[in-house]
Parts: sequence; structure tokens; C-alpha cells
Amino acid sequence: MTPRRRRMVAMTSGLVCLVAATALVLTAFEQNMLYFYTPTQIAAGEAPEGRRLRVGGLVERGSVRRTPGSLEVRFDVTDLDRTITVAYAGVLPDLFREGQGVVAHGAVGADGLFQADEVLARHDENYMPPEVAEMLEERGHPPDASLP
Amino acid sequence: MRLPNWLHKLASPPHFYRIAARIEPWMLGAGLAAIAVGTFGGLLLAPPDYQQGDAYRIIYFHVPAAYLAMQLYALMAIGSAIGLVWRMKLAYAIAAAAAPVGLAFTGLALATGMLWGKPMWGAYWSWGDARLTSVLVMFFLYLGYMLLHASLEERSTADRAAGILAVVGVVNLPIIKFSVEWWSSLHQGPTISRLAAPAITWDMLWPLLVMIVGAVLFSLAVMLTRARAEVLLRERGARWVRDVVAVGA
Repeated sequence: MTPRRRRMVAMTSGLVCLVAATALVLTAFEQNMLYFYTPTQIAAGEAPEGRRLRVGGLVERGSVRRTPGSLEVRFDVTDLDRTITVAYAGVLPDLFREGQGVVAHGAVGADGLFQADEVLARHDENYMPPEVAEMLEERGHPPDASLP
Repeated sequence: MRLPNWLHKLASPPHFYRIAARIEPWMLGAGLAAIAVGTFGGLLLAPPDYQQGDAYRIIYFHVPAAYLAMQLYALMAIGSAIGLVWRMKLAYAIAAAAAPVGLAFTGLALATGMLWGKPMWGAYWSWGDARLTSVLVMFFLYLGYMLLHASLEERSTADRAAGILAVVGVVNLPIIKFSVEWWSSLHQGPTISRLAAPAITWDMLWPLLVMIVGAVLFSLAVMLTRARAEVLLRERGARWVRDVVAVGA
């Protein structure tokens, strides 16, 4: 084996081992790599109980209920299968609206209510001018109906 | 495995120096022109977004910066790998030249992303998002490469040690790329580089593509300038360098 070949073999096998090790670590920490859980995962008990977590999904249309005179708001987060009700008191981001993807950070209370202390809006990968969005809406394909 | 002959010829420092000096101004000019056209198209001609209004226009800077940050990392790692295996000095010089440019683009991508995140997501940063974290890791890999390189006195030792770090860090590139697909994340998925048609209308897309081309040309020109300086420094005892310096002065 020439020294050059030896160096190449050493580097290639080193990289292969490194990739394998990284893949193993990432698989082992899979649950922690998830930024949020869906309402279905929480209903199925896949989310850690009694711990703080994030729940992600779409804000169900017509579900936003505000308490007049305060910042308190309740809304349902859905993955089009299961739904979880989120309670939050604070300023909501600009992109927050019904039908929009959101991620709420908090914990599930004993009453099944998700008490959030942070609500972030999640934008999808679609960009279009307002006219195109209106046209899609008229044709029955609202542009924000995609899941996060 | 041997390297092809033309690559060996190009890898001779004086030859590289001459070719780079010749194509550099064209790349720089074309790159800056494309960036000017893309900026004008993106900020003034493209329509506002149906949800984000004008705030989405940050993609005309954020996406090219993030793209270049990753491409330059790949360049730095490939240069280091060729240097490590074939002991090619020019490859090391190019890797060292690419690092600060890549670091700058990574910083730009992080900064523009945070500025957009505050009004849109509701937060500058969110720990736990795999995309954000893996790009921050790349930022520190660039920084680590540069610090390691600068801290070792002997240049060939520095090249090798920092080169190994660069090659090891390659593992991070697919993690950045696929983080938004493998795991749920706050960061949105890919818009352009997905198998279906791009999820963006043409009048919003073209300035972005022009910006990306401009950023590639601009960063290559800057990288080549740095690589030439690097080559001069490394070959400072050689006769051709004394000739170049004499002509330049």
C-alpha cells in the first residue's frame, strides 16, 4: 500500500465510523430531536408526562376565544385528527391566525388543558402574492391548509 | 488513486495564481451586478407575500447566505481532504481561504434569520430546533477551524490539524440540510430544492435565483483573492513570488 492509499483508506474509514456513530446518536435521541409533538402523539401517550413540552399543529378555525379585557386566550390546536385546547396569556406573534401553524410551549394540566407560556407561529414553505392566495381560496384550496 | 493531470497542472501555485488573477475581476463584476439586480428585483419588483407582507423579503439575503455557508463548508472540507490524502498544498490554501468567507455567510444567515424570526415566529431564537442548532454548530466549526489553524506555529501541522476538524465537521452538513425533514421543527421546510415544483411563484422566485448566482460568484471571487494571498505567503521564498511582487510593486 502506498502512503497515499493508506491515508485515503484511513480517512474514508474514519468518516464512515463517524457517520455511523452520529447516526446512532441521532437515532437514540430521536425523541429529543423533535421540536414539538402533535396532538395525536400526546393523545397516544407518546409525549413525556408531567414534563414541559411543545405541541404543534394548526389553529382550528373558529376556536380562538379571547377573554375581554385581558391577554388571556384559548384556542384548539389540531393535526386534522386529534385536537388539544391551549390556554395562553400573552402577546401572540404577527403570523398567529386561525388555520395557521403554531407551536405552543408548556405542559398539560390535570384537566387536560395545555397551559402554554410561549406561543410561536410556524410559517410553511409556501410563498405567493395575495392575489394567488385569493384565487386558490376561491377554487377551494386554501393555501394554509397544509400541516406543519 | 491519482489525481487527473489537469488538476495537477492547475495545482502548481504560479499557474493557479495567474489563472485566478485573470478570472477574479470578471467573477467579482458579474457577482456584484447579479446582487444589484437581485436586490432591486427582490425588494422592489417582487410582490408582497399573502401572509407575511413585506417581511418575507429577507429570504433574498437569508437563503443565499445560508446556501453559501454550506457550500463553502463543503469546499473547505474537500480542500482539506485533498490536502490530507494527496498532500496538495494549494488545496490547503483554498480551504484556509474559504473559512472566513464561510464564517461570514453563516453569521449573516443566523442574523437575518433571527431578525425575521422575531416578528414572524415571535422569538429571535428557539433552542431545541434542529435547523437553528445545527447551523450554529457549523458557525463554531468554522470558528474552530480558524482558531486551530492560527494557533499552530508550523503551517503544515496547522493545515493537517485544522483539516481533520473540517473533514469531521462534514457530518453536520446533511444534518443541517435534512433537519427540517427528519424531525419536526420550527423552521419551515425547503421551498426551492424539493422534488415537487417550487412552492413560490415565479415573480418572487427569479430575484432569489439571481441573488444566489450573484452570491456564489461574489464569494468565489473573494475566496480566490484570499487564496492568492495565502499562496504568496506560503511560497514567499520561491522565485516566481519574487517576480510577481517585483512586477506588482
